[in-house]
Amino acid sequence: MTSALSFLQDPAIDGRALPGAGLGWMDARRRAGLAEFERLGLPTQRLESWKYTKLRPLMDTLYGTAGTAAAPAVGPVPSVAGGEGPRAVFVNGRLDKGLSRFAGLPDGVRFGPLEAALADDAAWVEARLGAVAGDAEQAMLALNTAMMDSGFVLHVPKGVEVARPIEVVYLSGMTDTPSAYFPRNLIVLEENSRAVLVKHHTGGGVGAYFANAVTEIDVGAGASLKHYKVQAETLYATHISTLHARVGRAATFESFCLSVGGLLSRTEATVRLVGEGAEASVNGAYLMRGSEHCDNTTLVDMAVPHTTCRETFKGVLDDESRAVFQGKIIVREGAQKADGRQLSKTLLLSNMAEIDAKPELEIYADDVQCAHGATSGQLDETSLFYLRSRGIPEALARNMLVQSFLGDALDTISEDAVRDAFAEHIRHWLPAHCYLAG
Amino acid sequence: MLEIKDLHVSVDGKEILKGLSLSVDKGKTHAIMGPNGSGKSTLSYVLAGRDGYEITGGRIVFEGEDLTEMDPEERAAKGVFLAFQYPVEIPGVPNSTFLKEAVNAIRRFRGEEEMDAIKVMKMLREKTKALGMSDEMLKRAVNVGFSGGEKKRNEVLQMAVLEPKLAILDETDSGLDIDALKIVADGVNRLRSPERSALVITHYQRLLDYIVPDKVHVLAKGRIQVTGGKELALELEKKGYAEFVEEAA
Repeated sequence: MTSALSFLQDPAIDGRALPGAGLGWMDARRRAGLAEFERLGLPTQRLESWKYTKLRPLMDTLYGTAGTAAAPAVGPVPSVAGGEGPRAVFVNGRLDKGLSRFAGLPDGVRFGPLEAALADDAAWVEARLGAVAGDAEQAMLALNTAMMDSGFVLHVPKGVEVARPIEVVYLSGMTDTPSAYFPRNLIVLEENSRAVLVKHHTGGGVGAYFANAVTEIDVGAGASLKHYKVQAETLYATHISTLHARVGRAATFESFCLSVGGLLSRTEATVRLVGEGAEASVNGAYLMRGSEHCDNTTLVDMAVPHTTCRETFKGVLDDESRAVFQGKIIVREGAQKADGRQLSKTLLLSNMAEIDAKPELEIYADDVQCAHGATSGQLDETSLFYLRSRGIPEALARNMLVQSFLGDALDTISEDAVRDAFAEHIRHWLPAHCYLAG
Repeated sequence: MLEIKDLHVSVDGKEILKGLSLSVDKGKTHAIMGPNGSGKSTLSYVLAGRDGYEITGGRIVFEGEDLTEMDPEERAAKGVFLAFQYPVEIPGVPNSTFLKEAVNAIRRFRGEEEMDAIKVMKMLREKTKALGMSDEMLKRAVNVGFSGGEKKRNEVLQMAVLEPKLAILDETDSGLDIDALKIVADGVNRLRSPERSALVITHYQRLLDYIVPDKVHVLAKGRIQVTGGKELALELEKKGYAEFVEEAA
């Protein structure tokens, strides 16, 4: 069945043109990844974790791999840092060296494309690649391992603080033929280091594209990573993102995923709290319309005592759009004093919109505090009337209430510039303000 | 200013107002008193244009125009203001932003130029100060974490900012202690002018000690049962509503 995926027939996948080609261990991993993907197959809705998200349409489009075509000229590159600061820019799945800036980081910090890290220190990449994802049985992870064709590496050594946000921008869809991209990202923060990373996934043009990205994150003891992602893909995009994070002793992992566009998207995050005092906040917001489909699937594994997890997802669904929230928190045996909270709230702006929410707590320790809640509803009629009774036109009043609804989720973003940029994405998503005729 | 003629209103198919007629002249303040369930809140919502209140008969004419087909925002732009009995909390939206949007929405509707943020803030600070309120109120999210008294004061602030021609105060005294009541009443009195009218809807006479009405109407069983001067409120305070309810029965 998997052979029906067109890109698997692409001649480029024999590895010659891919990062790490010719390295024995890399070739072996790609082969193992492909074998694993063939074994698992493209996920179907018969699988519990894919019950609400359908990948089958991927087989109906003839995606080629990124290829070597020259990158098209692009307009302004999105940024939360005013277009300055370090950034990696991928256009149509390939690194654009002219737009990227890798200099200006503190000594010892490695930030660059996966190829450069392989050329520079293949042994380091060999030790790190797959170390956090481990042997997770995920077809899309295996597919990425087989096909990984781009991506970035961020490595912050012990005690180093990177003050300014590092940005990674994916601009896709500016092609004549459908393309598939397989970015593989590796983030390693050693003990007591700090970094802020902002990923922009956005598209232009009308080319169909399928991005199947994997990000592995290792946050060492006492380190802090803020990991923000905005997914503003086009209506021709299928965006599958698999994230694995490991959070060490007294380390902090703060993440926020904002989804404002994409025909079909799934962000699947697995966060393991493996050291005492580890804290994770796994948050997100999604705004969908038309027939867009957005899936947020999270697993937070509280494996040792004294760990904390905060999870807030808020969504706004219009038209016939559909969202999935599957959030699981596991508290392992002996992981006493675990403190986990999860909240999923969805605002349905249309009778045709649908949310499938599946919050799950699995608790094997007895001295823990865990809570979860999931709600969905419509705009509050009384609030709407209140605003309108003050002269605010209905369309604007609705927009204000949507922003109000998302406010506390956005407030979890501790970086002001990122919060402002994400609020702007939300404003941009909202229907244009309608003014009453005078 | 306001002319209500033989108004019939149903909610969920049940008739609440059954031929209510009322006329308020420019510059006048009228009180509407009545027992619970008499239709007082229905009247205030119908005047402000809330959905779900079906007008099955009669007319509401405001400044020579029929209000009944207008959206709530249009009524606000024409100068109708309802001070809510239970003001709504809007998390994440600062009071100042809310008021700026409201002021400019109304200005746009009237074909006036919008006020820039600096001018709006200056005006908001002046109004806040005049009402003896703190600037802090402008920064906080609309009504979120406000005490009962603060919420009502916020309604009066909104009224002061929007300068309506007709203010409808729906049970503004409910849940207020005497000090808060005085502050709110003082705010309302400041806005009284020969150009503005008010409809003060209340169950108790107490508020009318501070906002002295030109006329008092008793609303019971969906109709105005009797109209009198301010002394009618005192009479009601002594006798209660029983006789009006029975008379109507």
